[in-house]
Amino acid sequence: MEEIFDPVCIDKEAIDSMDVVYDKTPLLTDAPMHYCPGCGHGIAHKMLMEVIAEMGIQEQTIGVAPVGCSVFAYHYMDVDMQEAAHGRACAVATGIKRVRPDKFVFTYQGDGDLAAIGTAETIHAVNRGENILVLFINNAIYGMTGGQMAPTSLQNQVTSTSPYGRDTKFTGAPLKMTELVAHLPGAYYVTRQAVNNVNSVRRLKKAIRTALEYQKDNNGTCFIEVISNCPSGYRMTPLQSMRWIEENMFSVFPLGDIKVPGKGGAVS
Amino acid sequence: MENNENVRLMKGNEAMAEAAIRAGMDAYFGYPITPQSEVLEYLTAEIPKRHGIVLQAESEVAAINMIYGAAGAGARVMTSSSSPGFSLMQEGISYIASAQLPCLLVNVNRGGPGLGTIQPSQGDYFQATKGGGHGDYHMYVLAPASVQEMADHVFEGFRIAEKYRLPAMILSDGALGQMMEKVILPEEGSLPKETPEWGTTGKPKTRERNIITSLFIQPEKMEEINLGLQRKYQALRSEIKFEEYCLDDAEYILTAYGLAARISKKAVDILREQGIKAGLFRPITVYPFPSEQLEHHAVHARFILDVEMNAGQMVEDVRLAVNGETPVYFKGRMGGMIPTPAEIVEAVMTKINVLEESLV
Repeated sequence: MEEIFDPVCIDKEAIDSMDVVYDKTPLLTDAPMHYCPGCGHGIAHKMLMEVIAEMGIQEQTIGVAPVGCSVFAYHYMDVDMQEAAHGRACAVATGIKRVRPDKFVFTYQGDGDLAAIGTAETIHAVNRGENILVLFINNAIYGMTGGQMAPTSLQNQVTSTSPYGRDTKFTGAPLKMTELVAHLPGAYYVTRQAVNNVNSVRRLKKAIRTALEYQKDNNGTCFIEVISNCPSGYRMTPLQSMRWIEENMFSVFPLGDIKVPGKGGAVS
Repeated sequence: MENNENVRLMKGNEAMAEAAIRAGMDAYFGYPITPQSEVLEYLTAEIPKRHGIVLQAESEVAAINMIYGAAGAGARVMTSSSSPGFSLMQEGISYIASAQLPCLLVNVNRGGPGLGTIQPSQGDYFQATKGGGHGDYHMYVLAPASVQEMADHVFEGFRIAEKYRLPAMILSDGALGQMMEKVILPEEGSLPKETPEWGTTGKPKTRERNIITSLFIQPEKMEEINLGLQRKYQALRSEIKFEEYCLDDAEYILTAYGLAARISKKAVDILREQGIKAGLFRPITVYPFPSEQLEHHAVHARFILDVEMNAGQMVEDVRLAVNGETPVYFKGRMGGMIPTPAEIVEAVMTKINVLEESLV
């Protein structure tokens, strides 16, 4: 997985550095990403690494990858990283942060990892106010295992394990982990962002920057949910999948800040 | 002269906790469970006054994953629990073994299966020595038989774990954890410590990023990792420890570890007083098991009686070691019951009588 990707279609010598107006952040490795075309993970990875590069904190950053589609996040992010067992990223991050309190520590987790099997570890890490960034990618489906129902799947959503649509009376309603953790005193900054268009991506990047700046001051847990898409899991084209999250997910998981420092932590 | 600060009357659990602080433990993550809660209680009282981190986790599952994170970040870390708690930790231990992280785990064994009893047991021998979680892995497993060894094994466990990059376990039991004895505590700072170069401590420009993982999705790579682990376990055989008691002329050998060995030693004394040439072979490391060392004595014995506080677990390793050269019998108590020396003496005498009758 570590071989260097050398795109032959680019004539490097023809590119004069003066002409570069946009570039890949150096903190994303050259390993070819295994994510499906159109998947939001690539965007979220890029925003996170751009912020770390811009803040100049690569040497002080330790990340935790989950089990799920982003299990190989450490192939792409050029920082020290640990791969956690399914759902345990917040416990692993707790262990790291407690012995390396001067480092920036983040977890990168999907909805199955964080909101199903890792619910206890997530809630307790936030309740302790672990001074970490939790980046929670919610695409309402289990991507890696082939599109099964997630705790965040919507009512009537068809997945490979809810083939007649999710019956929330039988399997529970979409779990709003972000609203749930926002109630905890240990949560310092809680927000829900998305990757559906350029404006959303810019807001996501700003939120990541805000969270990592807060981590400098040992304020508590910063929790960013990212509404993302899963074209393969939804059996859609990338564009259709982006429209689907806009039309279906945003009403259940409304975007915006949920808890902001200095505003009393009110949760609507 | 012994330094008075180092000589204490302590519970096994407390001695272990004090030894961990003296061993320069950076962090302890644990969850209360009888009969080992004194470890967490002692550390939450002492560590704020001294050095290190202690954190009560929300579960054993969380605790073992905090261990993974902190060990992966290059810290000297420890947790302790008792049997049901270790069942919960097995997933994490398998990941730790695969990611090759050093740490010290203490199981103060209680009676099972299930919620079982809080009384002492050796029912977790298989779990401790044969892997416990999924996949081909082992821990270095020390089996103390006294409060003194509970303390000493903390130092030894950290040393071996860090030398070989693997989880080490102290396999104790509820009696050793709870009983008070004189203990001479090891000197603070006598265990050297270095931040390992493989730890996730933040990537300087001078090296590639460090990755702690147990995921090697290509089977060729996963087999390579497994072969490396097996070589490590082979090398670990140079760290085998055992105790020999009255074995030079022994015709009847008791094999036992931990508390059962302590009781068996008394049984040997009683048998010797009656003119019976009995001896005790006590594995101190139960993984790796001292097979060759036991076989060396066993070939001269008329039989072996293995004594355990379970249904017969280590006896399988004893049988493998002697490979049919010597008859191997078993005497066990279960569910938190402890055999008395008299019971063991009686079991030996019964087997001797059967042997004598068969020769008539």
